Amino acid sequence: MEGTAIRVTDVHKQYRLGVFGGSTLGEDLKAWWAKLNGRPDPRVPIGKEHMSQRAGEFFLALRGLSFDIKQGEIVGVIGRNGAGKSTLLKLMSRITTPTSGTIRIKGRTSSLLEVGTGFNPELTGLENIFLNGAILGMRKHEIEARLDAIIAFSGIEHHIGSPVKRYSSGMRVRLGFAVAAHLEPEVLIIDEVLAVGDAEFQRKCLGKMKDVATSGRTILFVSHNMTSVRSLCNRVIWLQDGKVAMDGPTEDVVHAYLSTYADHKDEVEWSETDAPACDQVRLRRVAVERDNDGKLLTWRTPFRIRVGFDNTGIKDDGLNVGLLVFNSDDILVFSSSLHDGSPGRVKPGANSAWCEVPADLLNIGDYRVSIMFFHNAKRLMRHDDTVAFALHDTEREGGWYGKRKGVVIPVLKWGVEGR
Amino acid sequence: MPTTTAADRETLIGPDGPWWKLDLAELWRYRDLVALLVRRDITAVYKQTVLGPLWHVIQPLITSFMFALIFGRAAGFAPKEIPGILFYLSGLVPWFFFANVVNKTSKTFVANAALMGKVYFPRLAVPLSVAISNLASFGIQFLAFLVLLIGYHAFDPAFAWHPSSALLLLPGLVVIMGLLGLGTGILISALTTKYRDLSFLVGFGVQLLMYASPVIFPLSRLQQFPWLLRVFNVNPMTSVIESMRAVFFGQPIPWGGLGYTCAFTVCILLLGTAVFQRVERSFADIV
Repeated sequence: MEGTAIRVTDVHKQYRLGVFGGSTLGEDLKAWWAKLNGRPDPRVPIGKEHMSQRAGEFFLALRGLSFDIKQGEIVGVIGRNGAGKSTLLKLMSRITTPTSGTIRIKGRTSSLLEVGTGFNPELTGLENIFLNGAILGMRKHEIEARLDAIIAFSGIEHHIGSPVKRYSSGMRVRLGFAVAAHLEPEVLIIDEVLAVGDAEFQRKCLGKMKDVATSGRTILFVSHNMTSVRSLCNRVIWLQDGKVAMDGPTEDVVHAYLSTYADHKDEVEWSETDAPACDQVRLRRVAVERDNDGKLLTWRTPFRIRVGFDNTGIKDDGLNVGLLVFNSDDILVFSSSLHDGSPGRVKPGANSAWCEVPADLLNIGDYRVSIMFFHNAKRLMRHDDTVAFALHDTEREGGWYGKRKGVVIPVLKWGVEGR
Repeated sequence: MPTTTAADRETLIGPDGPWWKLDLAELWRYRDLVALLVRRDITAVYKQTVLGPLWHVIQPLITSFMFALIFGRAAGFAPKEIPGILFYLSGLVPWFFFANVVNKTSKTFVANAALMGKVYFPRLAVPLSVAISNLASFGIQFLAFLVLLIGYHAFDPAFAWHPSSALLLLPGLVVIMGLLGLGTGILISALTTKYRDLSFLVGFGVQLLMYASPVIFPLSRLQQFPWLLRVFNVNPMTSVIESMRAVFFGQPIPWGGLGYTCAFTVCILLLGTAVFQRVERSFADIV
């Protein structure tokens, strides 16, 4: 373990799915009684008695995870939702235990899974600094020694004597991070706390984290935000399906990770025979096209959604193509059709329609597109979740890594007049 | 500054470690957390109340008064030579201590689920702090009892208090009660994570248990019901309450009963800690 701060060896974590834990004493007694009498377990669904002890209700969140982190490294952990990031964090912060395998951590560890946990709303800010610090493992004299720095960092000197229940959520976060940032552990585990607070506070947090890192401490930083991972970490571990998919220098891993987004279903094509079709129209190809070839789509890039189809039955010019764009919260962000603009005439035979989505419209995130065909306001067919695409964040000046709020992200014309 | 030992300390996180092994050293490192939790429990509860800590005294005083009136005066359960209110207070103060410790520690996991799902700290710090903060309210109630005792000694010609060396037993009784409540409470708290039924049972069960203890009448009144006497003697709190009264009202101390209670306390404390530690490892996955 010389020079190694964290060693994760073949860690598995299994969760049981379903209703367990919600069972009552009565149910368990019934099951036990049934077992004693040689009857089937009443909890097992009928027809599934042959399955061993509710098999199949297990879920492996981590399957054989191994990596080493050296002292003083700042390592980013990235991966899609469900890749095992949160589970790894929970294991490392000792909230739960692995099913098999071991994790060795050298030195004092503190994890910021959520800042301000354990704040008591009735106690004052000052009292909560002590309580929160103690929960995070600080001794009282350590907190006293850093009290001034903590209060100054939080920037809420005037409210430190008021009960926390009167604080705004932003003030709570500032106070929580201020306590955690002054913990001075050997290993710091951080889960996307940077996404909160205003730009100035985020800059402060980032600066503090860099300070911590340069003083030879180890940081494990879990984030969805590639921009902050890029600016902070010198090594990145990419998790996929509970295993390490890639581990290496930040740029390489982030690039590889993001490029999997690029090829995830942003283009589909069908042959004449297996294409989704109705009597009048046949969908042949849908693609998200961009001009900046090879680069990532960002909220600042315009792009086109192209729909290729065969008009097999509509003789007049009345055939209309529409699309529905949903975000990851399943909100229909917009719908649009060919006849919205200058109505293009759809000729019989093969056609290719396109819709240009301007830059500065859709917010950062994942989107799905459904395609529809109409004839004179009558729906002919609808094909759901035809393609998907992701809009990424761009490198921004000012060090602010939060996502702008809202479904759309327009760059509007502003003005100000002095009086 | 973190000491060098803290920096060199290695944490091993693995599946089923020895759950019977209690990491007292770690609990000791978190002693400031226990102290702060105690302070939080004591101060946060009475913020924005008018009477504040007086609430500690009001409940046992009024209950004792009612008991003295109903069970003492009307039913004639209390011994004649002791003023009713003193007799009942001397039983209720220790009983409330035990009952509160059991009730509150049994909610350890369920009440702190949000916190425990986010941060690691020795989970035993929570029930331990609950037991200690209840010690404070016991202290206040006990003080009220002493004031009344001395008051009766001074102003009631029919009652005289003769302090004896038996008073030295008092701290021991308090420790036994606290540990007994703690052991029972953490055992129940560990079981409630799986069986929520228990959380309903606890409050009611503890209340029922009071009727199988000598809070309402002394054991000496049960001589003609030997089977009932046996039931009372199973209750580990029986000997504690009897001893409490023996200390103040000059009766023989039930050493045999106390021995049983001590053994019971050790057993339930060991069992409770073992089950508690087993549950705390998987707790975050269940709740």
